[in-house]
Amino acid sequence: MSPGVEGSELDVLDIQERARFEQLVLPHVDAAFNLARWVLRGRNDAEDVAQEALLRAYRFFRGFNGADARAWLLQIVRNACYSWLEKNRPMDLSTEFDEQHYPQSSVTPESLAIAGDDKDRLTRALETLPPRFREVLVLRELEGCSYKEIASITSMPIGSVMSALSRARQRLQQSLTQAVAPKNLEAQREL
Amino acid sequence: MSCDMTHSVLHGYLDGELDAARAAEFERHLLSCPQCVAELEAQETLRSTIQRAGLRERAPEKVRRNLHAAIGGTASSTTEPAKTVTPIRPRTSMRPTWWLTLAAAAVFAIVLGTRFLPNLTQGRGGDEMATAIVDAHLRSLQPGHLEDVISTDQHTVKPWFDGRLDFAPPVHDFVADGFPLQGGRLDIVRGKTVAVLVYGRRKHIINVFIWPTSEQDSSPQQGSQLGYNWVDWRKGGMELVAISDVSAPDLVELQKLIAK
Repeated sequence: MSPGVEGSELDVLDIQERARFEQLVLPHVDAAFNLARWVLRGRNDAEDVAQEALLRAYRFFRGFNGADARAWLLQIVRNACYSWLEKNRPMDLSTEFDEQHYPQSSVTPESLAIAGDDKDRLTRALETLPPRFREVLVLRELEGCSYKEIASITSMPIGSVMSALSRARQRLQQSLTQAVAPKNLEAQREL
Repeated sequence: MSCDMTHSVLHGYLDGELDAARAAEFERHLLSCPQCVAELEAQETLRSTIQRAGLRERAPEKVRRNLHAAIGGTASSTTEPAKTVTPIRPRTSMRPTWWLTLAAAAVFAIVLGTRFLPNLTQGRGGDEMATAIVDAHLRSLQPGHLEDVISTDQHTVKPWFDGRLDFAPPVHDFVADGFPLQGGRLDIVRGKTVAVLVYGRRKHIINVFIWPTSEQDSSPQQGSQLGYNWVDWRKGGMELVAISDVSAPDLVELQKLIAK
């Protein structure tokens, strides 16, 4: 696969190949859009980038070996998202997570349950995470990908997937508790 | 005070990604580590809240339309784009007409005479079946998709299925055993109508898919896909699949209660 090469126009696949593309890749259009939506933090940008990535997938479909169409497509989508971020919002990529500032949380299940009732609050909490944490959470929790699939989509060693998820979840808990208790923070600032 | 395992192995365990030996080792560790027990509970809750919040967003129709236009769809794909895009149409509302469609689909499936789905644990058809069940489970976790009849009373849920199905799924509440019945629904898996019972387990959801089979009874088979555990068995002309993000031992416990 060489997604960097731009064809001047769409390759026309023969009818059988196109049917195969429709059968294997099209069921994952929602997954493609959803990943882009969360990595880019917005539906409009996601629509453009996912659209472009789907066309790219079609163009390079001959290079697909037929093993896992969803992982293959999501890898293309992810690359497209990062290229887009580099070009349009490089700041998103430079916000490295400083774990010193986020000691291990002591979140109770109850406080999380309350926070979880609020979809907006979860959305905001997810969106405060760096994209590399956000993507593993989205792939795992929203798309149900296995570690192996996440490793292949993100080009991460499979052993790193577990630790990335662990840190992403702790960070998400942190964001949620901060969202749950903004008054406490206000009080601290005033002191 | 914190335990090293809360930062690593615990997540592999939560995700069902540890091999049997490491999972057993971690379970032994849980017996002596309250931090990990508390963290596991918190992480399970976090997962449930994420899944129940319905954060997954569907692509706008425009994306599919544009793609079809760009790749110059075949005659069939331009006139019936949905056919190739979404083999199983997720339900979007509970309008009364939905039932008419469903009833028609059920009748159609029976008329076709192919109402038996492939066995979950055998061969390539089994893999595809497992994928379809996992998809149906994930779909059910979207808001408003879980139950058609919400009741903890088996005497409400059971009659609800009568007249909607040509077989009688076994409906029992196991609240005393920690598996409260939450309701039931009809679902479509690979084009066939199946009954689904919804049970709770702590804050988790377990879907039990049930459909008729012509094959002999079988002992429970366990498996997992995409991090979801399932147990599949056949009894009395029915195939049953319990699927959830709860641990495999929890699922086996429910399986034993249902099969009793």
